Amino acid sequence: MAAILRFRKLCFLEPVKSFEKPKNDEKKSFEQHPEIERVLEKPKSKKTKKQPKEWRCLDSCCWLIGYLCTSWWLLLFLCNFLPGLRVPEAPGVRLKRDGLTALHPVVLVPGIVTGGLELWEGRPCSEGLFRKRLWGGSFTEIFKRPLCWLEHLSLDNETGLDPPGIRVRAVPGLVAADYFAPGYFVWAVLIENLAKIGYEQKNMYMAAYDWRLSFQNTEIRDQALSRLKSKIELMYVTNGYKKVVVVPHSMGVIYFLHFLKWVEAPPPVGGGGGPDWCAKHIKAIMNIGPAFLGVPKTVANILSAEGRDVAFVRAMAPGLLDSETFGFQTLQHIMRVCRTWDSVVSLLPRGGETIWGDLNRSPEVENICYTSKARYLQSSSKESNGNDTDARRSFHVKELPRYGRIVSFGKEKSELPSSQLSIIDSKEFVREGGASRNSNTSCGEILSEYDEMSRKSIKKVAENDAYTARTALDLLRFVAPKMMKRAEAHFSHGIADDLDDPKYAHYKYWSNPLETKLPDAPDMEIYCSYGVGIPTERSYVYKLSSSDKCKSIPLQIDSSAYGSDNGCLKGGVHFVDGDESVPVVSAGFMCAKGWRGKTRFNPSGISTYVREYQHKAPASILEGRGTESGAHVDIMGNVALIEDVLRVAAGATVAVEPLRLVRMFTSEPLSKHSGPVTAV
Amino acid sequence: MSILRRRKGTENKKTEPEYEEFNDENKKSNGSSRRLRRRRWSCMDGCCWFVGCICSIWWFFLFLYNAMPASFPQYVTEAITGPLPDPPGVKLAKEGLRAKHPVVFVPGIVTGGLELWEGHQCAEGLFRKRLWGGTFGELYKRPLCWVEHMSLDNETGLDPSGIRIRPVSGLVAADYFAPGYFVWAVLIANLARIGYEEKNMYMAAYDWRISFQNTEVRDQTLSRIKSNIELMVASSGGKKVVIIPHSMGVLYLLHFMKWVEAPAPMGGGGGSDWCAKHLKAVMNIGGPFLGVPKAVSGLFSAEAKDIAAARSMAPSFLESEMFNFQTLQHVMRMTRTWDSTMSMIPKGGDTIWGGLDWSPEEGHECNEKKPKNNTTQTAESDRTRKSDNATRVKYGRIISFGKLVADLHSSEIERIDFRDALKGKSHANSTCRDVWTEYHDMGIEGVTAVADYKVYTAGSVLDLLHFVAPKLMKRGSAHFSYGIADDLDDKKYEHYKYWSNPLETKLPNAPGMEIFSMYGVGIPTERAYVYKLSTAGDCYIPFQIDTSAEGGSKSPCLKGGVFHTDGDETVPILSAGYMCVKGWRGKTRFNPSGIRTFVREYNHAPPANLLEGRGTQSGAHVDIMGNFALIEDIIRVAAGAAGEDLGGDKVYSEQEYSGKPEAAYFNVLELDAPVRRCERLALDGFRRGRGRPKKYWGEVIRRDMEQLQLTEDMTLDRKIWRTRIRAEG
Repeated sequence: MAAILRFRKLCFLEPVKSFEKPKNDEKKSFEQHPEIERVLEKPKSKKTKKQPKEWRCLDSCCWLIGYLCTSWWLLLFLCNFLPGLRVPEAPGVRLKRDGLTALHPVVLVPGIVTGGLELWEGRPCSEGLFRKRLWGGSFTEIFKRPLCWLEHLSLDNETGLDPPGIRVRAVPGLVAADYFAPGYFVWAVLIENLAKIGYEQKNMYMAAYDWRLSFQNTEIRDQALSRLKSKIELMYVTNGYKKVVVVPHSMGVIYFLHFLKWVEAPPPVGGGGGPDWCAKHIKAIMNIGPAFLGVPKTVANILSAEGRDVAFVRAMAPGLLDSETFGFQTLQHIMRVCRTWDSVVSLLPRGGETIWGDLNRSPEVENICYTSKARYLQSSSKESNGNDTDARRSFHVKELPRYGRIVSFGKEKSELPSSQLSIIDSKEFVREGGASRNSNTSCGEILSEYDEMSRKSIKKVAENDAYTARTALDLLRFVAPKMMKRAEAHFSHGIADDLDDPKYAHYKYWSNPLETKLPDAPDMEIYCSYGVGIPTERSYVYKLSSSDKCKSIPLQIDSSAYGSDNGCLKGGVHFVDGDESVPVVSAGFMCAKGWRGKTRFNPSGISTYVREYQHKAPASILEGRGTESGAHVDIMGNVALIEDVLRVAAGATVAVEPLRLVRMFTSEPLSKHSGPVTAV
Repeated sequence: MSILRRRKGTENKKTEPEYEEFNDENKKSNGSSRRLRRRRWSCMDGCCWFVGCICSIWWFFLFLYNAMPASFPQYVTEAITGPLPDPPGVKLAKEGLRAKHPVVFVPGIVTGGLELWEGHQCAEGLFRKRLWGGTFGELYKRPLCWVEHMSLDNETGLDPSGIRIRPVSGLVAADYFAPGYFVWAVLIANLARIGYEEKNMYMAAYDWRISFQNTEVRDQTLSRIKSNIELMVASSGGKKVVIIPHSMGVLYLLHFMKWVEAPAPMGGGGGSDWCAKHLKAVMNIGGPFLGVPKAVSGLFSAEAKDIAAARSMAPSFLESEMFNFQTLQHVMRMTRTWDSTMSMIPKGGDTIWGGLDWSPEEGHECNEKKPKNNTTQTAESDRTRKSDNATRVKYGRIISFGKLVADLHSSEIERIDFRDALKGKSHANSTCRDVWTEYHDMGIEGVTAVADYKVYTAGSVLDLLHFVAPKLMKRGSAHFSYGIADDLDDKKYEHYKYWSNPLETKLPNAPGMEIFSMYGVGIPTERAYVYKLSTAGDCYIPFQIDTSAEGGSKSPCLKGGVFHTDGDETVPILSAGYMCVKGWRGKTRFNPSGIRTFVREYNHAPPANLLEGRGTQSGAHVDIMGNFALIEDIIRVAAGAAGEDLGGDKVYSEQEYSGKPEAAYFNVLELDAPVRRCERLALDGFRRGRGRPKKYWGEVIRRDMEQLQLTEDMTLDRKIWRTRIRAEG
């Protein structure tokens, strides 16, 4: 480097030096001696014209970049080596000092979206991506070849399995879901803390599965369930006959419910483990952010491929998402791909109106809609235990939002009493395909099933003012017939009256906690750990989209709908308490009510515990995603949660002290309406 | 000045013309301060400029690289060398082959990745990062910390306290050793072409540093492999698995096959028919069944051909204290804690590897270049015969002190037994700082005693290692055995230390199974060493390979102190091929159920040019995993073909041994027939004289009776006698 610098110095300074002397002379002297002038002109012109023009801009650019780089590195260096910025001691280290060591093997079951997917066989456009991650990791392929990427991630529309010539498979091992993207941890923090008390690959297993498929198909295509069974049995044997602790997250919770039923069922469909398999092999199931009863988000996702965030973007920059700037319609493509994923359907709200409320009633009677200010008050009042009820009362709303109406068209419709609504029976929806087929030709390639529907029938949909959890399913069956037909062979969303009905032996009921019995394992423990204190999407206000173009999604969240006095309605979305993705009803109901004691869903009386974690946003950027977060994924870094998991894995039972027994579950309306639930 | 000007120029371009007309005032008032500022700024600015330049160029290239279509390198290669042949996977997929049998890979030593699960303070931030395999970045950043973590406990051969290093699991464990240096990746990619994926492909990764039984004790690795094989057989509809071990994985698999049959406390409790039920074929790649001579020199003086060559190039480099620690000693201390290295010590003793005056490879011709076409074949064999008369390399002497000794006839060497030599106490221990090898315990007396013994064969090398590294060998001999069994029914062979030695175990009772031995030939491979005492001080390893020993034209096999023979650069043919060619061929005592064996040799052809990378016809120990012919063989077997469908044996090296009667392939005498073995006992060491053999007929029969456990009256029944003494094969 020194040599280069010297060279540069030579280049720049030498001509200057040689030039400096004549410069000192008067200008006139140049005029007098034209020859000298000419001689001197040469270097001058060389320097003044060539050098500045060629070097100035480029040089300063380089200088700027170099400057930025060096200062960045310096900061990075300081960040790394300053002792003050160290994170506080990890819970694993502390618990190790308390004498906790690895005892029960641990099985981690990742949820939807967080698991990595890699390519095993692809079309020519995906050359060079063999065994590279398409999902998870850096997602660079989206930018390089977006259409190719979408093509490989979608499944076959008829079978819900691989399209011919494409094999995308789940990444196995702990790497499958430790980090979703570089730096964005999912399981990594938990894994690291488990390792601190002595866990390693032999007693920790990540049950990675292809989260796009329906649960039974993961067994049919990849034998994922058999593999999980064999791993649990192996770990049980090799770790001195210690039962396993299972830690599922998000959709992994219902995947594992499916597994519990599958493993007991006789061989052709099931795993043939016999009725005592679970009692023999499983110590506890620690559900994190469980989506037992589904997520209302899914309805919006299937209906119009949007959630709160997309609607928000649309409101900010109206033309962006609908424009054809990128040469293809982003949302439509996403919708097309998502609709080939059967697993999405597993997250639709289950239990119908009994659970999610009907046109007038909803289980969340006492819900407080936090504004950001209120949330602060709330969390501060939490610390001084007594003020709890006062705070709640002060934010109590006069008129309760009608959360039961999961989708309503127009803001007023979401508030009117049910008598004033026009409700059309879903059977009246008729797909008028004939008329649309003509218009299709002008649209070219059909992107979504909306293109096959006539405008008229869509309008008809909107004439029905409000949809509850039950009728929303009818709505989806109408707008996405193929997907629902395919997926409803694998999932059911009802609530059972008589669980001894032989039909419930079918695997499509296995992942629904309201249509299955828990296994006969009285010693097992089930924990429901989830975050609270974050507004979570619960129901939507929709409108017909204004654009009449083809290839556009005709339904949109009405992002202009804001609640007047209560903060529950924001940008067309009604919020309730939850962990940002899963509302408390879905996460906590089964543990707090449905399975509590000996119920018909829990005939052997497996003990259930509810652990709620109050969300606390990270104090500063340096904390990253926080150690006290309650958000759906960030909760995996929550110190209190990690401590609970570690204690259970090390053989303890978490001191049963329900942090806050969940408000709405003890409230009257639910128990009155949900007769079947309470009647054991 | 110029830099200052540039800076100003960017700030406001309007002042630019002013520079062309310098006026005095400006000059005088600002001149001095400017010059000062220039001094202060120019260095800093120059640095920044330089960094920026490098960065932007780097980014630019990175951008170009990323923007480049993925097929570009292939396009360039094809443009230069002509169209490439289809990779075997694509070719065979076109033929209609589809995934059938599940496949299990067993990686060898060194190639598997290891990651950190718990470490000392110095390894902070490395949790679940690879310490072995990958980029080896930590080796440069904190070498001592790295060595500390990679070492095992010297007493137990397990983890030191507070450190847990575990094998990486999954296919990523050994697909690439370092970025761009494939091991299994090519094979995996080709198998994927015919439909394999994660569910029917399994990498049996294990911690290759610890002894085989300890992988089960510590990590339950063997149980895990068993469970995975059972799962894959069950979930693929009862299709048996094809196992593909490489290098040391071959021995690990032998151990596994015995373990799985053994009853529960020590073994896997699978029962005697487990292998018959679950295994279709074992396709050994470059398997050191009988060990490698390299392991001896590695344990003896932590060096091999490559290190010895480096030493001769730059004599003081490795010994210097430049880096403030002695590299070799550290390496030696680390590798000596790894029990697995002892699994590769030559097995079978003098019977297999040759005695003082004979070796199985006698008549091996060391050519610089192997003839590739058959026209030179006749001339070649002529030359072989000629040189055969000139010198016969005594490969049996694995270690000899001094070049002269290596060539002398055994009767002319004076040897002083070292076994009883006293080990002196070294007084220099304290000066050697923290580096400590067991040599310091030996003292001068011990070292000279070793050198005075002059010549070591495969049998006495073991004694030598016991002498110089008592702790290591004590640990190792609890886990490995290097003998050759006479009576395999002996109860003692049920102990797990014999399981990885093919000469002391029986193959499982699985007549339907097939065993393939696939290895490269045509590369000079280390076989025996010429040693000298090192001249350096106390703190250094007292023995060195004598790199000055060159055979010259007389015996071209000796180069740089190392005798070479044919092989795949690491494993000599003898070790890789013997068991399948002889030891297990037919129904032998090592193979009582008559498992069919096949030998597939792959002649080494170096890559034609740099663009080909490591070549598609390589025969080198690791590079052979990218050999198209080998991959094709594996895919065919995995898709259901039997050994005969591949064309049975494929042997190149046979040509060299042609012309020999009886033991056409190796000069090792028959081990299987008891009668012939007596003959061998008489032969060993001398030339067979004229006249009657030294044994009487009656003695021979008595001996046979003893060995076959026959009683006197059984010999009277001709039928029983016949069936018992028949030497099968």
